[in-house]
Amino acid sequence: MVHWTAEEKQLITSVWSKVNVEECGAEALARLLIVYPWTQRFFDNFGNLSSPTAIVGNPKVRAHGKKVLTSFGEGVKNLDNIKATYAKLSELHCEKLHVDPENFRLLGDILIIVLAAHFTKDFTPACQATWQKLVGVVAHALAYKYH
Amino acid sequence: MTLTQAEKAAVVTIWAKVATQADAIGAESLERLFSSYPQTKTYFPHFDLSQGSVQLRGHGSKVMNAIGEAVKNIDDIRSALAKLSELHAYILRVDPVNFKLLSHCILCSVAARYPSDFTPEVHAAWDKFLSSVSSVLTEKYR
Repeated sequence: MVHWTAEEKQLITSVWSKVNVEECGAEALARLLIVYPWTQRFFDNFGNLSSPTAIVGNPKVRAHGKKVLTSFGEGVKNLDNIKATYAKLSELHCEKLHVDPENFRLLGDILIIVLAAHFTKDFTPACQATWQKLVGVVAHALAYKYH
Repeated sequence: MTLTQAEKAAVVTIWAKVATQADAIGAESLERLFSSYPQTKTYFPHFDLSQGSVQLRGHGSKVMNAIGEAVKNIDDIRSALAKLSELHAYILRVDPVNFKLLSHCILCSVAARYPSDFTPEVHAAWDKFLSSVSSVLTEKYR
């Protein structure tokens, strides 16, 4: 089980309470597909991903981004039980979706950058460190059931 | 990997703004690096790494100056950073994994200071550019 200090929990929940999950999720996924174009391999059925403008405006990208970040929120709500929270999703990503876990790390880092741009100077180094730990824990949990 | 003309333009444009706060951004990026990835501190046992330390600011400036050189010579980063490449290969020998970590922290610092300029296209260009710089700095390792 991961240990979170009171300060870390506070940094996580206070940032999360100000996050617009739909907007942030859409942005994070769009940036993942733009900055690391090979990640588009999982989204052949998303339609037009031919340019950054197309990706940002793509409704399927927006919807899926919201879905992903909503799921991330479950981890935030269950910080003391993240492995269990993502057990089923981990199996899904391995057995059905066949997603290399490296992609969870890539998306986690993109999320951090989106938060930095959103919260600017409030996203202090200490805040970033806590969130790097969180995205790392979530990525680890999502990879945990891989076989 | 090579940068397209559009990517080079994006890098140069943002650099003009970043350069005005290069020292502060350099120090902040290192602070982010040492906070998020404490193992990176192992390369600086001789430094005072407390916030605002003179050595931190000095080193941050050094790093940003080198990036500035790469921007100025964006069509031939390899030549511009040849000496630094040798330094990292033969003297410093910083494990290659750490270049990704520092690049990420630089992107965070830039995004936090210039959120409206840091569009997805600019983000992609800078990620690619820093990746290029990292490649050059590690290409003589073996």
